[in-house]
Amino acid sequence: MLALKGISKTFGELRANRAVDFEIAAGEIHALLGENGAGKSTLAKIACGTLQADAGSIAWRGEPVEIASPTAARALGIGAVFQHFSLFRALTVLENIALGLPGMQLEELRAKIQATVERYGLALDPARPLHTLSVGEWQRVEIVRCLLGDPKLLLLDEPTSVLTPQEAERLFVVLRRLAGEGRAILYISHRLAEIRQLCARATVMRAGEVVARCDPAAETPASLGEMMIGRRPAAPQRPARQAAAEHSLELRGLSLPKRGLYGQELKDIKLKVPAGKIVGIAGVAGNGQAELGAVLAGEVQVADASLLLDGQPAGQLSQSARRKLGLRFVPEERHGHGAVSELPLWENACLTALDEQDVVARGMLRKARAQELAAQVIARFDVRAEGVQAPAASLSGGNLQKFIVGRELLRAPRQLVVMQPTWGVDVGAAMMIHQALLDMAAQGAAVLLVSQDLDELLLVADEISVLEGGVLGVPAPASELTAAALGLQMGAAPGPEDALAA
Amino acid sequence: MRWRLEPRPAASWQLQLLAAAAAILLTLLISVLLFAALGYHPLEALHVYLVAPVASWYGLGELGVKAVPLLLCGLGLMFCFRAGVWNIGAEGQLVVGAALGSALAVSISPEAGPGWIIPLLLLGMLGGALWACGPALLKTRFGVNEIFSSLMLTYVAILLLSALVHGPLRDPDGNNFPHSRPMQDGVILPLILENTRLHLGFVLALVLAGVALLVHLRHRLGFGVRLLGLAPRAASYAGFDAKRLTWGVLLASGALAGLAGIIEVIGPIGRLNTSVSPGYGFTAIIVAFLGRLHPVGVVIASFIIALSYLGGELAQIMLKIPHAVTGVFQGVLLFTLLGCDFSVRYRLRRLPPEPA
Repeated sequence: MLALKGISKTFGELRANRAVDFEIAAGEIHALLGENGAGKSTLAKIACGTLQADAGSIAWRGEPVEIASPTAARALGIGAVFQHFSLFRALTVLENIALGLPGMQLEELRAKIQATVERYGLALDPARPLHTLSVGEWQRVEIVRCLLGDPKLLLLDEPTSVLTPQEAERLFVVLRRLAGEGRAILYISHRLAEIRQLCARATVMRAGEVVARCDPAAETPASLGEMMIGRRPAAPQRPARQAAAEHSLELRGLSLPKRGLYGQELKDIKLKVPAGKIVGIAGVAGNGQAELGAVLAGEVQVADASLLLDGQPAGQLSQSARRKLGLRFVPEERHGHGAVSELPLWENACLTALDEQDVVARGMLRKARAQELAAQVIARFDVRAEGVQAPAASLSGGNLQKFIVGRELLRAPRQLVVMQPTWGVDVGAAMMIHQALLDMAAQGAAVLLVSQDLDELLLVADEISVLEGGVLGVPAPASELTAAALGLQMGAAPGPEDALAA
Repeated sequence: MRWRLEPRPAASWQLQLLAAAAAILLTLLISVLLFAALGYHPLEALHVYLVAPVASWYGLGELGVKAVPLLLCGLGLMFCFRAGVWNIGAEGQLVVGAALGSALAVSISPEAGPGWIIPLLLLGMLGGALWACGPALLKTRFGVNEIFSSLMLTYVAILLLSALVHGPLRDPDGNNFPHSRPMQDGVILPLILENTRLHLGFVLALVLAGVALLVHLRHRLGFGVRLLGLAPRAASYAGFDAKRLTWGVLLASGALAGLAGIIEVIGPIGRLNTSVSPGYGFTAIIVAFLGRLHPVGVVIASFIIALSYLGGELAQIMLKIPHAVTGVFQGVLLFTLLGCDFSVRYRLRRLPPEPA
């Protein structure tokens, strides 16, 4: 259906794609595997017209074509859902979709959306403005928008990172049905298990080149991982407890009234994260994660005694006062929250160090010290960047996340809260982040991990509870849980399930 | 043939400087064409406009005198704009600073000495800051757009000034002219260059530009201002309170504009009148952007714009070119600057024809 031949693309010094050959056939679900920065996204962007190749040719159904723009790609029948969503926060779901499909009546479109939503069981209200939706829901908007264009080839970039296993299963059903209709599906993911389950063929990329083509079902996750990163991936090590420090993070009857029209209320949340433990909070985005994050980050003040750091009330404390007590926070959004894209890494290193004597002396930022810190983070956490002067925007998702997590870990937190730390991050970076969290816990920190990635929670957390509709479930030891069991708790709300059954 | 406008990957500071330089060159080119179209010898006009004003020590001194209020207002606006706070009411803040300072100056004893200069300057700053409280309060409390509130308060300020110099502050010996009594010699800012009107305010403005440079590049508050403008959530994550920073930049820019106002009164003008500012507060918006929202740039830009004021006056005297040419020059500069900035941020790309 689509054949790319000898594709090369260079960004400045970086050779993102080097003479890549890639082919995908009708009715096939084809995996594109690779670490962040391996060139998968570049290749996908060339296939859907966002980028133009420097060299190479593209053939669509046997005919040589030039895909000059996303519009041209759509006209051919190539649709894409990317990791970074291109949606407008101020507009509704319906308006966002209408923007991609000019010349259609809104009412007609609404009916079409409704039909698609029901058919595929993607819970979505066309009238809601985007800024009230969670990341998971944004993705559904992108998928629906794409399906409305009736694509012959569908590109999906890390589509399951924000879905529950049940939702992912449902997506797979949809994808298999689409493939059954003769459509080709290019599936970019780093989740080896689901690729082995879903895809009949895989193309593995490393450092801009295709390094292997295989049948993923015939491989093991370990062998696939090895192809991707060029070495055998190691399972995270659980180091023995090293310190006797007794730090804790406790939520005691935390309630937060609903903020905004579609905000989520938090209802009487009780949770204790003891020293040396990683407690995971599972749940689909939009169930109170954002609100819980805002409370923990200190962006929203709550009753003083409902948040305890080492037993001290901290609900009313400012960010800097919380940092002084030892609480460190890694937000979900990297660009514009955890880091400022336009600023160089050394200034980003200052972002959460403004109360540290070594970085800010008498109100003045100490550039030399900040650069040293940034360099330390880069070295310790294997951040691939062109040095401390490189703007945060120039880093890939995984590398920026390593930088942000590393920046917080460098300050030896007593309590650490991380939100979706490996969303859109490659295997290598995710492994490193997981290991770092385990190490932190071993040193006596209380770690709270909020994630939608159940594999991740099961891998690193000691206890897991589910946040659903603003209510936090009773934590259970991770060793007694499975992804399916957690998924059932997360899917407690009726709706999509019924729609599918109908 | 189809074209597409697309953002460039990154607008480096070199490109931004280039844009400013290109805008100035384009403005000169357009001015030459304009002079020619009006029937003047373009090169002679350009000489009168750009070179003649600064061909003497006196002229250079005048350049400094004009640059002071532009520089002070421009520095304040720079911080506002960096924070994404669109204060366009520096003119009003300047006027109130001038008026409040003058109110004290005319009521102190005729023998008042230089010891009064600092209280007067502080009072001017207070007046400007006070006027900036309006937009700050309205924005942080009620979410009122500061563009409207600051602009509208400027008209109130100008009317207030008019009322004052026609009423309570009017010079009893001034034949009913709308201006205050002349300032006592003791409180007039000392001159720093012989045979010019260049006064101590010039040094003060340059010192403040130095302070602004430090704050902008290195101080945690300057960092907070930049964060707020670039990524408000990151600013909050870093521990900055958006409302406090908004108050901060508005008060600071109000105070700097007020300082500019009182310096004009106890400096080159020597009394309060209705034309205490020929639009310095508005022109400072151009200064801030031409200066790339950077203190060093703002210093340079304030001299460039000051030159346009001097050139306009000289062109009127020597060539009988209407004084409005100053406004035209500044307006063309703003437009070319916006155009050049746009082409730095975006580029036109030709698209191959759509496949059938």
